[in-house]
Amino acid sequence: MMNRFSLASKLSAGFLLIVSATAVLAPWVAPYSYETQDTLKTLAFPSFEHWMGTDRLGRDLLSRMIYGARVSLFIGVFTTLFALLIGTIYGAISGYVGGRTDNLMMRLVDVVFALPDLLMIILITVLMGRGVAGVFIALTLVSWVTVARLVRGEVLRIKEFPYVQAARALGASPTRILVREIFPNILSILVVTMSFRVPVAILAESTLSFIGLGIAPPFSSWGSLANDGWTAIKFYPHLILFPSSAIFLTILSFNFLGDGLREVLDPRTSESTA
Amino acid sequence: MLGIPVLVTVATLTFLIMHVVPGGPFDTEKILPPEIIANIEAKYHLDKPLPLQYLLYMKQLLQGDLGPSYKYLGRDVSDIIRDTFPVSFMLGLCAVAIVLGLGIPAGMVAAYWKNSLLDRSILLLAAMGISVPSFVLAAMSVWIFSHHWHLLPPALWEGPRHMILPAFALGAGFAGYVARLTRTTVLDILASDYIRTARAKGLTEPVIMFKHVLKNSIYPIVSVMGPLAAGLVTGSFVIEYIFSIPGMGRFFITAVTNRDYPLIMGVTLVYAVLIVIANMIVDMVYGWLDPRVNFD
Repeated sequence: MMNRFSLASKLSAGFLLIVSATAVLAPWVAPYSYETQDTLKTLAFPSFEHWMGTDRLGRDLLSRMIYGARVSLFIGVFTTLFALLIGTIYGAISGYVGGRTDNLMMRLVDVVFALPDLLMIILITVLMGRGVAGVFIALTLVSWVTVARLVRGEVLRIKEFPYVQAARALGASPTRILVREIFPNILSILVVTMSFRVPVAILAESTLSFIGLGIAPPFSSWGSLANDGWTAIKFYPHLILFPSSAIFLTILSFNFLGDGLREVLDPRTSESTA
Repeated sequence: MLGIPVLVTVATLTFLIMHVVPGGPFDTEKILPPEIIANIEAKYHLDKPLPLQYLLYMKQLLQGDLGPSYKYLGRDVSDIIRDTFPVSFMLGLCAVAIVLGLGIPAGMVAAYWKNSLLDRSILLLAAMGISVPSFVLAAMSVWIFSHHWHLLPPALWEGPRHMILPAFALGAGFAGYVARLTRTTVLDILASDYIRTARAKGLTEPVIMFKHVLKNSIYPIVSVMGPLAAGLVTGSFVIEYIFSIPGMGRFFITAVTNRDYPLIMGVTLVYAVLIVIANMIVDMVYGWLDPRVNFD
């Protein structure tokens, strides 16, 4: 099983594991707290003391990156999980019930799908207020529709299989059929989808925070750290270089991991899109 | 036809969101006398009940009137959009040129020399392009090309030289998608019978690639142009923010922080209309290219 994964996806998984572990263990791993100011060393370049340098208030960038990873990854992973949950339930019901209900439910999905994502996210964060909660809800609200469409299609396909028909003939309830017979068959697709949706969420969050409409202080994510660094890019490029690279490498790793997972778990679709 | 419900939903959603949010457009540091606030609110119908405000707004909208801006006094939202739209549109066009100009040739080259070093490099570049956020690409290219090598201007919008970096930062990611898509399509086509026939009857490779392969690989690319337009639209306000380009996107961000309701709604609607139109054009072009496609 392991040998079927490409080198790129193995490396990516390793990288993501390290980043997540660092994020979870932040208080024990980070060399400083995220708000400790070294006022004698503001805007310092990377050194042994501060591996990634310090920002304009003398705060250690590495520590802020580690705490920022918590926010970025938390939002990326958990909005995706929520979107998967909502989308799976919605899509499964729509696909299984079929007929007019399906038609109606899918019209809603079509409309939400057609709305420009980032635009809607910005409007919803305005409504919910800047901060983790606002970004979280906004991201979930726009991203469940992709999952709903996918799951509906799969359910439509699988529900006609003989073994599902057999379960129905034996008198199994729709819930039981969906949970026990159909769900295990779409699990692998959901795993693949997750690894492709997490980077989309991370990208959206970091973009929002970068333009100053996302995570608000005292919290900071990689996106807001990059925004801090942007204003000083001419003379202190390291302040934006490190957060930017973290975002880029994380998204890249998730995409490679997704490719690898798809090849192993879902060879049917990987042939047409590889 | 999905366009109309989408537009109505966008208009209604933006209206509701803008009016539910705490904090009004006239909250200032200075405490104004209640009479003045009442006057201002009466002028902009903010004292009326919400459903009535909604009807008034929709009525104006149907007449093509987006209302006055709350912050840029004396200017209508339509005026602001008229001034900023061409800038954003130009940026979008340049980005499309980058997407297609880089993506299609790269994909064709990669497919033709499949599994070569060139192919692998293009695939890696495409994967990187897809993964890099546009603001990261923008920041890095500004740092390298503007601050380090002093080759291109880091901001503003004053001529062709100012367009290169923003258009590249906006388009590069999508170019990665198009390159991958083109590669997959071209690989499929190269394995098909009619290409074998073309080779068998002795056509030269360039004729095969450009006349037979390129023509048939256009369909999937056309079909992603709709989502591409949407992506470029939402990508543009990040890029406009970074490069201080006086387009709609930058006004949108300022409008959001200022709670300038009419301006937010106006810009949102223009974006939505743009995306709807782009999708319509894509559908039409698709039907025209491939007569088998029919729309009910």
